[in-house]
Amino acid sequence: MTANVVAMSERNSSDKGDTHATGDPIAPGGRIAGDAVIVGGGLVGLSLGHALARSGLDAIVVDREAPATRTDAGYDGRSSAIAYGSRCVLAGLGLWEHLAEHACPILDIRVSDGQSKLFLHYDHRQVGDEPLGHIIENTAIRRALSQQTGAARGLDGGRLVHIAPAEVRGLERRSGRVEAVLADGCRISASLAIAADGRQSPIRVGAGIGATEWAYQQTGIVCTVAHDRPHRNVAHERFLPAGPFALLPMTRLADHPQRSSIVWTERAALAPAMMKLDDAAFSAEMTRRFGDYLGPLRVIGRRWAYPLALLHAERYVAARLALVGDAAHAIHPIAGQGLNLGLRDVAALAEVIVDAHRLGLDIGNALVLERYERWRRFDSTALIAVTDALNRLFSTGAAPVRLARDLGLAVVDRLPPLKRLLMRHAMGVVGDLPRLVRGERL
Amino acid sequence: MTAAASSSPRAKSSVDPAEVARFAAMSEAWWDPHGQFRPLHRLNPVRLRFIRDRMCRRFGRDSERSRPLSGLKLLDIGCGGGLIAEPMTRLGADVVGIDAAERNIGTARLHAEESGLTIDYRHATAEDLASAGEAFDIVLALEIVEHVADLGVFLAAASALVKPGGALVLATLNRTAKAFVLAIAGAEYVLGWLPRGTHDWRKFVRPSELERNLRRHGLTTTEISGVCYRLLTDDWTLCRDVSVNYMALAERS
Repeated sequence: MTANVVAMSERNSSDKGDTHATGDPIAPGGRIAGDAVIVGGGLVGLSLGHALARSGLDAIVVDREAPATRTDAGYDGRSSAIAYGSRCVLAGLGLWEHLAEHACPILDIRVSDGQSKLFLHYDHRQVGDEPLGHIIENTAIRRALSQQTGAARGLDGGRLVHIAPAEVRGLERRSGRVEAVLADGCRISASLAIAADGRQSPIRVGAGIGATEWAYQQTGIVCTVAHDRPHRNVAHERFLPAGPFALLPMTRLADHPQRSSIVWTERAALAPAMMKLDDAAFSAEMTRRFGDYLGPLRVIGRRWAYPLALLHAERYVAARLALVGDAAHAIHPIAGQGLNLGLRDVAALAEVIVDAHRLGLDIGNALVLERYERWRRFDSTALIAVTDALNRLFSTGAAPVRLARDLGLAVVDRLPPLKRLLMRHAMGVVGDLPRLVRGERL
Repeated sequence: MTAAASSSPRAKSSVDPAEVARFAAMSEAWWDPHGQFRPLHRLNPVRLRFIRDRMCRRFGRDSERSRPLSGLKLLDIGCGGGLIAEPMTRLGADVVGIDAAERNIGTARLHAEESGLTIDYRHATAEDLASAGEAFDIVLALEIVEHVADLGVFLAAASALVKPGGALVLATLNRTAKAFVLAIAGAEYVLGWLPRGTHDWRKFVRPSELERNLRRHGLTTTEISGVCYRLLTDDWTLCRDVSVNYMALAERS
């Protein structure tokens, strides 16, 4: 186990009052202290660590995976649709400048329904000059997070301590503090613990927070394709009887000047057979589903299959504990909103923590956590309901439902105000937004 | 009692275990945001922000930096369980907390030790410290003046404790009909936010009375701001209406 400690500044580090040694690996059975301990070093956990450290707090991220595993090309084949609000969050964390070259802007979204001619067409010019979002490979975001963890920068004595690989056995609460106990007996003491440990979240389970959970009988097949015709920065979402089939434009590479990311929702029973096809047959199946606007689709590199399930924690907070990202809510990828929701959690939680910290309040106190929960619950619940309803509505072949939804798409397409609202929702810029999402300083 | 507590210089006296248990129970009550001190917890952010921002301005500090009040001596008069003294310590101030009720001091000490904070808590009155000739950069008297037996005597002592260049921050209730309706009839009888008998309307203080008294002791009142409750968000905010809760800032040149 190694501890990668980054002093976010040379300034003021001596007046924090903490005397624990950092910079060295923690000795087995040793103890370190910080303001917040974040369990999980994925996209959401590390982003939160950056946000807190940049605002002068001591954040300790404990990750089960070694950093090299997280950033390996084979670890995560997905791309994320980064909404405008999420881009502001990443910019606020100093990450966007390192991601821009990997980010493909989406200028149009075309939503179509199976073989029907009716479709919904979202053009970014209807809501302003900004692209509707950007497609970035998750691996690129993981690398940027990891590299910036290794670069000393930031403000005012804040530190990001990254301990990995290491397993948190459990949390213990004692007199105004919470301690994360690691498998090797090390203890990390903090005012607040944050579970960013994913959908299965052992920390959530250990805290006795229940979750509503159901599996869709669907698998998300993910891969990258090359095609001959340019994608012209258009994202496509086609609703097929098995579920949505999405093609998301990606940046060009030297050997693949035109490429896109595919999220293909397939019946769970059928997905294994698709995954076993050779590249040529697999590519033909994709082209058959998507059509040939871009010429034949050719799979490049690996394919991944993710079972789709919805999960919503009954509470987002407990004594000295907050849940973020998939630990709190894992939604259907139909609208590409999972990471955006997680980054909005990061922005809101970082804001309530930093506000409390700057008033000298105990950042783990119940009122701070309640503010976070009230703020985030509505947004997540709404998105869960919408994505679930969309999936149910569009994953059916029944004729009356199909007719209704076709008319629905056409109606939305003809009502510019409603369309603008839906687009602004997808861009993540509706509602009472955290400062980072608004593009302001934390 | 924890190891930290027994090593503390302030906990050396022979402590009665029954007393400690009572302090622990009291401390839990003081620090439970949903308990009997809930109104203070809800009021705390707006009061802390007022103090932090005004003091950062007065002493030329950046409120977004860590520990902006470092090096400033601060006195919290009527510190109770330490709800203001602890945040002020985290913001960097060297804090002395005094309370006329001895059990509050025991409670506050216990909680500070548990929080790992060094705070000089004393069972004393403002008059005690003033006659000992102590002086501070910042003196806080929050929700105190409406409870003291003699406003003039108290303000004389509180003013004497302010160093040249220092400031006094007060929070209290105005003596208006609206304050009677909201703070006594409303908060104590209808909503049950406060125990009945917490406040005596006749002891509420008009801003003009504060200002006149403080001027007599060499302090200039530079700000009077109302503190209003917002039903929609269930929190408190600064406002222009000073007819019920208000905060005052007075400075010694």
